[in-house]
Amino acid sequence: MNPTMTKKLLLTLLAWSIALIVFFPIFWMVLTGFKTEGEAVATPPSLFFEPTLAGYHTVMARADYLKFALNSIVISFGSTLLALIVAIPAAYSMAFLPTKRTQGTLLWMLSTKMLPPVGVLMPVYLLFRDMGLLDSQLGLTIIYMLMNLPIVVWMLYTFFKDIPKDILEAGRMDGAGTLQEVFYLLLPLTLPGIASTGLLSVILSWNEAFWSLNLTTSDAAPLTAFIASFSSPEGLFWAKLSAASTLAIAPILIFGWMTQKQMVRGLTFGAVK
Amino acid sequence: MATLQLNDIVKDFGGTQVIKGVDLEVKDREFVVFVGPSGCGKSTLMRMIAGLESTTSGEISIDGERINEVGPADRGLAMVFQSYALYPHMTVEDNMGFSLRLAKVKKAERREKVLAAARILQLEPLLDRKPRALSGGQRQRVAIGRAIVRNPSIFLFDEPLSNLDAALRVQMRIELARLHEELDATMIYVTHDQIEAMTMADKIVVLQDGLVEQIGSPMELYHHPCNRFVAGFIGSPKMNFLDVEVREASGEGINVALPGGDCRVPVDGSGVSAGDTLTLGIRPEHLKLDDAGPLTGKIVVIERLGGVTSLYLEHGDSEWILVADGDVAHRVHDQVRFSFDPTCGHLFKCDGEALSHLHRHPLVDIDRKQNRVSSPSDGQ
Repeated sequence: MNPTMTKKLLLTLLAWSIALIVFFPIFWMVLTGFKTEGEAVATPPSLFFEPTLAGYHTVMARADYLKFALNSIVISFGSTLLALIVAIPAAYSMAFLPTKRTQGTLLWMLSTKMLPPVGVLMPVYLLFRDMGLLDSQLGLTIIYMLMNLPIVVWMLYTFFKDIPKDILEAGRMDGAGTLQEVFYLLLPLTLPGIASTGLLSVILSWNEAFWSLNLTTSDAAPLTAFIASFSSPEGLFWAKLSAASTLAIAPILIFGWMTQKQMVRGLTFGAVK
Repeated sequence: MATLQLNDIVKDFGGTQVIKGVDLEVKDREFVVFVGPSGCGKSTLMRMIAGLESTTSGEISIDGERINEVGPADRGLAMVFQSYALYPHMTVEDNMGFSLRLAKVKKAERREKVLAAARILQLEPLLDRKPRALSGGQRQRVAIGRAIVRNPSIFLFDEPLSNLDAALRVQMRIELARLHEELDATMIYVTHDQIEAMTMADKIVVLQDGLVEQIGSPMELYHHPCNRFVAGFIGSPKMNFLDVEVREASGEGINVALPGGDCRVPVDGSGVSAGDTLTLGIRPEHLKLDDAGPLTGKIVVIERLGGVTSLYLEHGDSEWILVADGDVAHRVHDQVRFSFDPTCGHLFKCDGEALSHLHRHPLVDIDRKQNRVSSPSDGQ
């Protein structure tokens, strides 16, 4: 075997091991979901067992899964759409009409992501209470939009910056106003980037638990709250909890799998011209 | 019909003046070339005409109407960018028809106009392709087509050939000249390549450091450069310069001292007195090998181009370039003597300004169109 082959083999092995390590908890969770409660806590854990749907039955009987799922879908897609609507003009002006403070603004926006959310929980909670946004889809949509806005603006900014200025100038010579420039040239050209930004925002919103647990109770509770509801009252029931978690991540997992090509294309967009 | 007038145009980028007061008149149907070294402001000047850069002061007018405040699309101009700037996500047809689509022209009419432009440029078979499936030359043509479709009063070309390989560049140069004749439109062309400027222009504008050095026909710039910069910039290989001492000066000419004896250059010598130092400029093609010549040098490099040979000579501190015919038998390190016809010489004062020739060259006022009447072949 020549050296390049060996290198390739080692890299493949490494990639597979990392993938397996990352994937293992999910695999184990799905497996546990099909066990009985007794098998779920058995030591040593059994890899081969008689699968049962008992956990799923209990979970589905005890809570309205579809309602939670619908909330998750509405909130994560809604917040993403809202974030894009706000971020596209923001990124446009930062990429094409920069000022002295543009870089500072970008860094400042990112710095807000370093603040622990619990630090602003109290004011946000009080604001939401007074505005009647507690336990509402709109409230969560807004808070998720705000949460993801820095990342969305950053990503769009980098994609927009990669667009040659000449193309937009040619558009301007051809008679395009700012809106036409954005809709006919900029958005089509950066579509892969925008799509992957949107997908990332959807996934982040879907998996967000802190705000959903603190700002919702039942009406607007998304799937993260659905999982949490199985952890508390009568102690931990691993099989049921795993079944609930599997149900909660299944949609986004399938969604992510379907769009992974788009994701990879978008995230490496610009890097390979 | 379109004339363009620039009146004391200034461009200031955050305290740095890049265009320092340019006056220029472009006549209807003229092919004007802005030429100069990089950073001279030629592209900025064009972008100001296009409306892509604001004008700090001064006035730009088209057909007598001030357009400083008019947006780029409403000036009736079309621009071809150096990078072509095609819209990568659109087909050739959509690229060319984009301006019409923005102007809400009906689809059928749009197609008709695009087809007409495509026919001129032989782009018809490529209309359904995306830019990435085109070669450099084809992209270039699409960019020109996009400009033609707009039916502009003035075409602007910003170094359109600099991304093409040498052979294609020559071909496109000829095509552009042909296009100018066919469209009979006013064209402004920016380049740093003096060959493009010489071959295509009716009028050349030589720029340096944001200022116009000279405006004139190609032959005028070649035979009567108004200063040392223009003399060195126009013509290839570069003009030779040598500091010389004045022996005697009058309105009928100046006698200057050369190593092998005096020589009389027929320029207006009023204001110059004996003992002054001037710079003598002679084009390499006006030097000739001559065993009785007043100048000597040792050959350092020989470039044989087939038809002509460039000799790089050294004599003391001075270096000379001499263009001789193709069958020079000399070798490197040979000592040669050479001479020149003093009527082809130029004299410059120490501030670079040229002393005017007593005789105007007969071809100075010929423009490109007249050129073509007498000789249909359009070569360099």
